[in-house]
Amino acid sequence: MWQWLYKLGSPRHFYEMTTSFLPWLKGVTYFLLIVGLVWGLGFAPPDYQMGDNYRIIYIHVPTALGAMWIYVMMAVMAAMHMIWNIKVADMVAKSSALVGAGFCAVALFTGAVWGRPTWGVYWIWDAKLTSFLILFFVYIGVIALRSAFDSETSGSKAASVLTLVGVVNLPIIYYAAVWWNTLHQPPSELSLSSQGANPPEIWIPAFFTGFGLIGLVFVFVIMRTRNEILWRERRAQWVQDLVKQEEGRA
Amino acid sequence: MSRQTLGVWGSLRATFGRELLILWRSPGDIVNPLMFFVIAVSLFPLGGDADPTYLSGIAAGVVWVTALLAVMLSMESLFRSDYEDGSLEQLLLSPQPLYFHLLAKVAGHWLMTGLPLVILSPLLAMMLALPDEAYTPLIIGLLVGTPTLNLIGAIGMALTVGLARSGLLLAVLVLPLSIPVLVFGTGMVQAALAGLPYTGLVALLGALLVLALSLAPLAIGAALRISVN
Repeated sequence: MWQWLYKLGSPRHFYEMTTSFLPWLKGVTYFLLIVGLVWGLGFAPPDYQMGDNYRIIYIHVPTALGAMWIYVMMAVMAAMHMIWNIKVADMVAKSSALVGAGFCAVALFTGAVWGRPTWGVYWIWDAKLTSFLILFFVYIGVIALRSAFDSETSGSKAASVLTLVGVVNLPIIYYAAVWWNTLHQPPSELSLSSQGANPPEIWIPAFFTGFGLIGLVFVFVIMRTRNEILWRERRAQWVQDLVKQEEGRA
Repeated sequence: MSRQTLGVWGSLRATFGRELLILWRSPGDIVNPLMFFVIAVSLFPLGGDADPTYLSGIAAGVVWVTALLAVMLSMESLFRSDYEDGSLEQLLLSPQPLYFHLLAKVAGHWLMTGLPLVILSPLLAMMLALPDEAYTPLIIGLLVGTPTLNLIGAIGMALTVGLARSGLLLAVLVLPLSIPVLVFGTGMVQAALAGLPYTGLVALLGALLVLALSLAPLAIGAALRISVN
């Protein structure tokens, strides 16, 4: 177990392990997403209050949760990079930043589209919306800081420090915003009976899209990390061999 | 002088005094943020509406946001010249704990740039027709809140000091992190205007300050080590 984890810290082993693992992950992810989306958008019953426009929940909630958890993952990777100087951890953190910003943007966009028919406005300065907007700003800050450095090592260390500062600050921002203004609905409870507010016919597809989008996060992050590994190790023998192999096949 | 080493307290005093002296000798670093503060605040009646009822509604927010921006602009003088002349490296190499050096440095910087903003704020609030009962919470809020802003700004400045042009990047990094201070600070004024007690919010601002005092110097130190190397 420990040896396996230890090996994952080496760029070459990370690359080789993910080569065999990625197709499976992609298959499961696409299966979950397709089933969840077709079921949720096409077959789940309409909500008794919101009619059909609640269906955006199948994208909105998983991307919003994803945007938060990607930040946590990025912070753990940044800490590993700062403490043990693990290069793969930094590459994963770099890859996560853009994926997290993207998920945040999708969550904000779907929220605005959903807000228009239910609240009557696209945007409102409510706690959850505001804190997600700020989370988006923090992602942008991390990406901007990293790209401002010419040196790869300084940029990655600086981005790690900022990520860790953000992880202390984001809960405070969230609670400041909650205290400030709240309109967003609290999460509704799941119910096993079809008479409840959230019957299984509605929430089961959400599980499919939820896990599908988690899978998608890992697919994106792993693919971006693999590119990053190839780029940073471009002078290493094993990468050059790999490129020769590809050229031979073409 | 003999080669006696300073204790923690002595080094703290030395860094603090040095910071005061440096800022005192470059008055532009003290005056320019204040001028920005005054000019930016006076743009709101000009660009918006000079009607006192409208102004009194936005007064606290305008003073707070502009003070936040002025603090960001003043951060440049905290590390920039030290970085360029190499004294920042000496600071990092010193045998005394970096934590206390940085605490003293930011405290000195706040005393010379942050405190004048707080002292000037009632005048600007008056020009924006802030109601009488709101002055005390505005000043207390700024007094407790601006040191936190300085500490957060110092993290951003430490991260970007090695870059040639850091101004805009500094704002992008630091402004989102400063939002809680802004929310609680303007919240105090709103509470006072609504006739509610605001002591709870002072406590929250104080808690943020204590948190920043205890953690920010660590982040500043880590960031400086990256920027200097």
